[in-house]
Amino acid sequence: MTTTTTPAARPPQTPPGRFEFAPVRGVLAREWALYRRSWAPTTFAAVVEPVIYLLAFGFGMGSLVGAIGGYRYIEFIGTGIVAMSVLFTSMFPGLIDTYVRRVFQHAYEGMLAAPVDVRELVTAEASWIALKSGVYGCAPLLVAIAFGLEPRGTMLLVPLIALVTGFGFALLGIWLSALVPSIKTMDYIISGLITPLFLIAGTFFPLDDFPGWARALAQVNPLYHCVELVRHAAFGLRPWADLGHFAAILAFVALVWCLAVFQMRRRLID
Amino acid sequence: MTSSRLRAPSETLAPATSSAVSLRGVVKRFGSFTAVDGLDLEVAAGTVLGLLGPNGAGKSTTMRMLTAQSRADEGEITILGHRIPRESKRARALMGVVPQHDNLDEELTVRENLTVFTHLYRVPRGERPAAVQRALRMAHLEDRADTRTDKLSGGMRRRLLIARGLVHRPRVVLLDEPTVGLDPQIRQELWGLITELREDGVTVLMSTHYIEEAERLSDEVALMAKGRVVSRGAPAELVQRYAGRAVEEFPAAPTDLERLERLLRPTGLPTRRTGASLAVLRAEELPDSVRDEIGEGDRRAANLEDVFVTLTGETVE
Ligand SMILES: Nc1ncnc2c1ncn2[C@@H]1O[C@H](COP(=O)(O)OP(=O)(O)OP(=O)(O)O)[C@@H](O)[C@H]1O
Ligand SMILES: [Mg+2]
Repeated sequence: MTTTTTPAARPPQTPPGRFEFAPVRGVLAREWALYRRSWAPTTFAAVVEPVIYLLAFGFGMGSLVGAIGGYRYIEFIGTGIVAMSVLFTSMFPGLIDTYVRRVFQHAYEGMLAAPVDVRELVTAEASWIALKSGVYGCAPLLVAIAFGLEPRGTMLLVPLIALVTGFGFALLGIWLSALVPSIKTMDYIISGLITPLFLIAGTFFPLDDFPGWARALAQVNPLYHCVELVRHAAFGLRPWADLGHFAAILAFVALVWCLAVFQMRRRLID
Repeated sequence: MTSSRLRAPSETLAPATSSAVSLRGVVKRFGSFTAVDGLDLEVAAGTVLGLLGPNGAGKSTTMRMLTAQSRADEGEITILGHRIPRESKRARALMGVVPQHDNLDEELTVRENLTVFTHLYRVPRGERPAAVQRALRMAHLEDRADTRTDKLSGGMRRRLLIARGLVHRPRVVLLDEPTVGLDPQIRQELWGLITELREDGVTVLMSTHYIEEAERLSDEVALMAKGRVVSRGAPAELVQRYAGRAVEEFPAAPTDLERLERLLRPTGLPTRRTGASLAVLRAEELPDSVRDEIGEGDRRAANLEDVFVTLTGETVE
């Protein structure tokens, strides 16, 4: 301590109460350190699972179904599975990892003793998850390309779509993780929310033949908008409709960000 | 809070006081239960204050209010001139916190745990390796730098937890029962570390159950019970004030205890029952007339525990 090379701590200079990116980067540094230890199983699960779905449905159902809405079935679900992959790689970590870190590891308590506020913490956790979704979400698309889906320039939008949607579902997961009274309650969310979310979104089959109420439900399902965007990026954009889909996802992000920050603050600050 | 503070970051002490930490009339309620009940506490800059109190006294709650992880219902808190909770982020940047319960990242190595906190505490990029190295040295963990944290012994973990809170060279350090559950040798090692902090001019607020620890390390102790400070001062001064120089213990059967108490009541000396004996505080003042009646007990030096029990009626370890 006497032979010091590190200058003493200094306070940040931004006005109190302002959202800062320095703490977000700090939390991301921790995520990166953790990820370096866990990337192999994480990547395996995130890539292999959707690919298995893709192959099983693509070839299994594809031989029965043939074409859907003018697309070969493997192309149709290749794009649908991008969205499924985004949902799974964002909602589950948001829900489960966040819960474990808060309740069992008390990791957030440690970080909040540093100059980090709850909304910066929540933003950072969701951003990290979103980043992974953005990358992993492309895997099914690449596989579909390997099986004959024609590459297109607009497909470069897919990582962005996956990232933004992943950010939203990560926040939804974080909010719910702070809402549930115990880890057992998560089963309700997994079966009661996540499963319908990804089925009523046009992932495996088009919604055209669904009853009206189901189609109405799809309109408020952010994953439906994600599926539409990914499909249009792969087969041809429809600018006005796509702006609408993107706006719907952004509105979802804004809503769940507020909910997640609010509920996490209630849990972490007493 | 003047706006000049924005321009002069290195001069963050409040002009009116030399207290690094100040709590005034602080109340914290959990539902109908009042955990902290009108707490007044000032910690002078550069000193070590030991917060001594039994389970549930409100020590951890007080610490959590200082980091704004718990919001006071009433009262005022400032740290290095920053008002809590409004300016707590600035205060937290200057503070190092060692929580009561270990929350290290088990999958990460010792070095990674420290590095993550250099990021969280905004140590500039170029200074991070040196800061980590310094923390490793302080914790005597240089040769364990690349060991995963879940492979460390309990004592090593605790040293790492403390070093993690010091990685950014904070000016105020909160230690919540830093040595609980450690064996005596490791505890003494940590005492060395805390003494070094004081020599460096760091302000330390340390809660503890252990009287000996509070006595050894603190410039002052605050005795806390039921959410309030019941007394504070330098350990020796408190002992002198409430327990005198010597305590004499008189072994006695339960029925005799009452007789002894009756005999001693006119002297006005504080007494307390300790199992099967009666301890008389300020025994050096025992009048000869009473001594003739009760004889000689086992004499020992008065200590903080005597003070604590006298003031609160509660025992600590
Ligand atoms: N979040 C909470 N909700 C309800 N009660 C709480 C909460 N946190 C603390 N308490 C209560 O407040 C009181 C003070 O707790 P605190 O943890 O501050 O005590 P302490 O002095 O640190 O005790 P210990 O020595 O056991 O750590 C206790 O009775 C505790 O049960
Ligand atoms: Mg405590």
